[in-house]
Amino acid sequence: MSKVPYEPPKQSVAGQIFDGLLMLVLVGITLYLPLLFKLAGAGTTTREFQSPTWESLGQNATMAAQWEKLGIAPEKAATIIGTRFDYSFNWVALAFTAIIIVGYFIFMFRYSEKEYREVIAERFGDETGPRRS
Amino acid sequence: MSKGQTIGSTAILPGAAAEAPPEVAATPGKRIALLRVLGPGHVWALGVGIVLVGEYMGWNFAVGKGGPVAALTACWLAGILYTCVAMIDSEITSTVAAAGGQYAQAKHIIGPLAAFNVGLYLVMAYTMLEVSNAIVTGDLIEAFLANHGIPGSVDKRAFMVLTIVALAFLNYRGVLASLTLNLLITAAAFVAIVVLFLATQPWAPGAVLQHQSLFVELPYGSLGILAAMHFGLWFYLGIEGTTQAAEEVRSPARALPLGTMTGMMTLLIAATATWYVCSGLMPWEYLGQAVTPLYDAGRLTGNPYLEVFLFFGTLFATVASANGCINDASRAWFAMGRDRYMPAWFGAVHPTYRTPYRSIVFFVPIAILFAISTPLDQTIAFSILSGLLGYTLMALSIILFRRKWPLGTIARGYVHPMHPLPCALLLILCIVTYVAVFLGYGTQLVAMMTFYITASAWFVLHRYKYVRRGDQFTMHWPRPKGY
Repeated sequence: MSKVPYEPPKQSVAGQIFDGLLMLVLVGITLYLPLLFKLAGAGTTTREFQSPTWESLGQNATMAAQWEKLGIAPEKAATIIGTRFDYSFNWVALAFTAIIIVGYFIFMFRYSEKEYREVIAERFGDETGPRRS
Repeated sequence: MSKGQTIGSTAILPGAAAEAPPEVAATPGKRIALLRVLGPGHVWALGVGIVLVGEYMGWNFAVGKGGPVAALTACWLAGILYTCVAMIDSEITSTVAAAGGQYAQAKHIIGPLAAFNVGLYLVMAYTMLEVSNAIVTGDLIEAFLANHGIPGSVDKRAFMVLTIVALAFLNYRGVLASLTLNLLITAAAFVAIVVLFLATQPWAPGAVLQHQSLFVELPYGSLGILAAMHFGLWFYLGIEGTTQAAEEVRSPARALPLGTMTGMMTLLIAATATWYVCSGLMPWEYLGQAVTPLYDAGRLTGNPYLEVFLFFGTLFATVASANGCINDASRAWFAMGRDRYMPAWFGAVHPTYRTPYRSIVFFVPIAILFAISTPLDQTIAFSILSGLLGYTLMALSIILFRRKWPLGTIARGYVHPMHPLPCALLLILCIVTYVAVFLGYGTQLVAMMTFYITASAWFVLHRYKYVRRGDQFTMHWPRPKGY
C-alpha cells in the first residue's frame, strides 16, 4: 500500500513575514550581539610598550624600514606587535564545545533519518505498493 | 568569476531549481538538458576563478595565528583537506548532476533537516563572505586615498554600504550582465597577481624580497601550526564549486576530477607564491592583521604603477566576489523558499527581471549591519565556519551515499578511489580545523553553533510541517538500500 501524500497546511502571509523576520532576529541575537557586546572575538593578550622604539619592539633594520614604508610609526606598530593570541588551553571549554558540535550532528542525522523515511515512503510507497511518479 | 560565484547557465534557478530548470519548467512534457560543452580546462578555470579573492585577503590571518611557517604548513594541510572535498564532491555531483550542489545532495542522501542546514551553511558562508568583501573594499579605498595624499577624509563605511547596495541592485535587475562583468574583472585581478609575482623578482632573493631579514621561526610554537589551520581554509574555500558544473561537462568522469585536481594544484602553487611574496615584503606581525595584503605588497615594491594595479586588482577581486556571493546566497535562500524550508514568499521570481528579488533584498540589511560594525577577521571566521560544517557533513554524506546506493546500483559519472580513506582524512582534518578555530575564536564557534542549533529546532518544531514530503526526492534513482 502506498503512503497517502502529506498535504502541508497553507501559511498566511503574516506568518511568512513573521518567520522571515524571526530568522533575521536569530542572526542578530546569536551572531551579532556577541560581537557588539565584545563577548566574542579573537582571544588575545596585549603587551604594553613604554615609549616604543624599533629595537624595543624586536624589529631589525629591514623590518623597521618596511613598517615605515607602510606609514606606520613605532607607537602604532607597538599595538600590533603587542597583541598576541592567547592559546592557553581550557580543556573544559574544549570538551563543552566538542559536545555541542557532536551533539548537533547526531541530532541532525537522527532527525533527518526520521524525515527521510517519510520522504522515501511517500516517494516510493512501501515495499509492495505502487511507486508514486 | 570569484568565490561564491554561481556557475552554469541555470543562473536564475540553481540549487533545487536545477532539478527543474526554467527551460524545463517552461516546456511541459519535454525534458531539455543543459548543453554539455565544458571540458577539463573550463572546470579548471571555474575553480581557480572561484577562489581567487582568497589570495587577495583573509589568508594572511593564518600568519597572525601562527607565523609565516605555520601559515605555509596550514596552506598545504588545507590543500589536502580540499583535495578530499574535491574527490568526494566529484563523485556525488557527477551522480546528482542536475541537483545544484550540496543542498540538493543532502535532500537526496541524508534528509530534510540536513538539507535545511546545508542551505543555511551556503547562505551564511556567502553572506559573510560578501560582508568581508565589502569591508575590504571600504578599507582599500580609504587607504588608497590616504596614501595618495588626497585632501579631506572619507568614511569607509559609506563605500561598504555602497558596495552592498549597488551589487544587490545589479543582482535584482538581472544576473547575466553582472556575471559577465565578473569574468572580465576577475581575469584582470588574476593578471595583477602574476605581474606582482614577476615584479618582485623571486629568482633574485634580496633584490626586492627580504626573507633573510623578515623571516621568523614559529612565534607560537607548534601550536601555531594547528591554530593557523583555521584561516588556511581561506586559500581554497569555494573550490568545491567546480563540481556544480557536472551537468554541463562533456565527460564528467574525466573532466570533473581532472579539472578540479589541476585547479587544486594551480591554487597550491598560487597560494604558495602569494605567501612567498608577502612574507618577503612585510614583517609577519603586520601581515598577520593586514586587510589588503596584496595591495600592501604592491606599495612595498616602491613601484607606483604596480601599487595602482594591485589597488584595482584587489578592488576587482572583492567586488566580483561580493557580486557572486549575493547571487549565490539569494539563490540558496530562494531554493529553500521554494521547497518551503523557508517561507514560500521567498520563492518568488521577479515578473520582469526573472530574479529571486525578495531573497536578494532580504539579506541587504544584515550584510550592511555586519559590514559597518564588525572586524574583518570575525566575518571571515563566520564564513569559514559555515564552510567547515558543510565539509564535515560531506565526509559523512559519502558514507551514506555508498551505503544507500552501492557501486553498480546507479550510474556514477565518477567514482573516487580509495574509499573510505578520503572521507576519513577529511573528517580528521575537519576536527583539526575545529580545534584551530577554538584556539582564539572559540566564542565565535559556539555562537555559530547556537545559531544552527536554534534554527534546526525551529525547523523541526515549526517549519517542517509546511514541507511536502515526497517532493524532496526528485532523482530517478531506485529506492535506497535499507528503506
